[in-house]
Amino acid sequence: MPSEPIAPAPLLAARGLHKSFGDNHVLRGVDLDVAPGTVHALIGPSGSGKTTVLRSLNGLETPDAGTLRIGDLELDFSRPLGRRERAALHRASAMVFQQHHLFPHLTVLGNVTVGPIRVQGRGKEEARADALALLERVGLREKADAYPSSLSGGQQQRVGIVRALALQPSMLLFDEPTSSLDPELVGEVLAVMTELAAEGWTMAVVTHELGFAREVADEVSFFDEGVVVERGAPEQVFGDPQHERTKRFLQRLQGPFA
Amino acid sequence: MDWQLVLDSIGPIALGGLTGTIPLTLASFSLGLVIAIGMALARISGIAWLSGLARAYISIIRGTPMLVQLFVIFYGMPQIGITLDPWPSAIIALSLNVGGYAAEIIRAAILSIPRGQWEAAAMIGMSRGQALGRIVLPQAARVSVPPLSNTLISLVKDTSLASLILVTELFRVAQRIAAPSGEFILIYSVAAGVYWVICLALAGGQDRLERRLDRYAV
Repeated sequence: MPSEPIAPAPLLAARGLHKSFGDNHVLRGVDLDVAPGTVHALIGPSGSGKTTVLRSLNGLETPDAGTLRIGDLELDFSRPLGRRERAALHRASAMVFQQHHLFPHLTVLGNVTVGPIRVQGRGKEEARADALALLERVGLREKADAYPSSLSGGQQQRVGIVRALALQPSMLLFDEPTSSLDPELVGEVLAVMTELAAEGWTMAVVTHELGFAREVADEVSFFDEGVVVERGAPEQVFGDPQHERTKRFLQRLQGPFA
Repeated sequence: MDWQLVLDSIGPIALGGLTGTIPLTLASFSLGLVIAIGMALARISGIAWLSGLARAYISIIRGTPMLVQLFVIFYGMPQIGITLDPWPSAIIALSLNVGGYAAEIIRAAILSIPRGQWEAAAMIGMSRGQALGRIVLPQAARVSVPPLSNTLISLVKDTSLASLILVTELFRVAQRIAAPSGEFILIYSVAAGVYWVICLALAGGQDRLERRLDRYAV
């Protein structure tokens, strides 16, 4: 009998991701592992490739090379993705966007149920009931029939989170979910994310909220110039960074008054 | 001034509007919109020959007078063995014309929808077709209502050209009354008034439609 608990196989394993936009080589061989039920924070300066990696995990970008496994789905980017593979990738993960990208012509409930009903073919009544329960959880049950434009930024982003949850993905992706929000609205969104983490959702989060990354993440990857420069537990990356670039980035972000 | 003639002429001219101008407008506009959506999608399809075809179509329609288009179809086609009655000729010419102008309006409206909407649709698993039909076109419809209303109102007036290929519509009725009476200013003013009323009604309809579609905007 092993005395140490065996680390679970990662839910997500990306290897050697490369991506260029024209002459701009934004990913230069990125590896990423996310264990089931853990939160992985992707931090780093803008243009470092962290958002491109995240978008690749949902098929919104297609790397030029590398492999990706999410659950049972295995993809090799050195050959073109088939329609089915791309659909499976969309199905495996769900994304919360920086600018929420809610559908303005649909109500809150419509935003949450359009995927389950129209794409996944679930029953209307069941999808609605599930959506209302999820909205209830983030405190937006009474906004079900409102249009997104009548909500605050924080409420819109919480609907964005519920839209992702309603797709029943195996993991959640967050692309700087609080960067476009007024400072006083950031807390309500981070609170929901913290709750989801505590519930055991597997999450990959691109964020500039270092406090959130430190408190909630199980692992942190620091990106710079298309590679992961440093990775580890948050207390290690934040408390005792090994690389010069990590140290400089953290100093800049914490600012002169920190 | 022969006021009795004015009163007597309003009925037949308005009837010409109801049985000629309005059905001609509605039929041509509906068909034209279908053509326009097809051409707009062809333009943004990314398929070179398809988008080139649409571009050529739009260029020819916008670069030639409507009257010439009408004459080519009604007087020209019989020479190559295709003889059409006045009504079908008018509907074909007018809808091809609307198709050319409205295609650019719809293309611009589709392109005005932020890329994030396509991405969010892909994220929830929609195919490009579903994203277009359920997410992008409904939003593009709102953007294109004002310019399409312009096209519709122009079309109402352009239907008067169909009188030249013998379609009995509002203007042709007015001509028939005016010629024998010699009261051109009166009769043609009545005709102008009826056109104006039709356009007023359409502009009112545009307002209502915009308000309805605005329910989701701020």
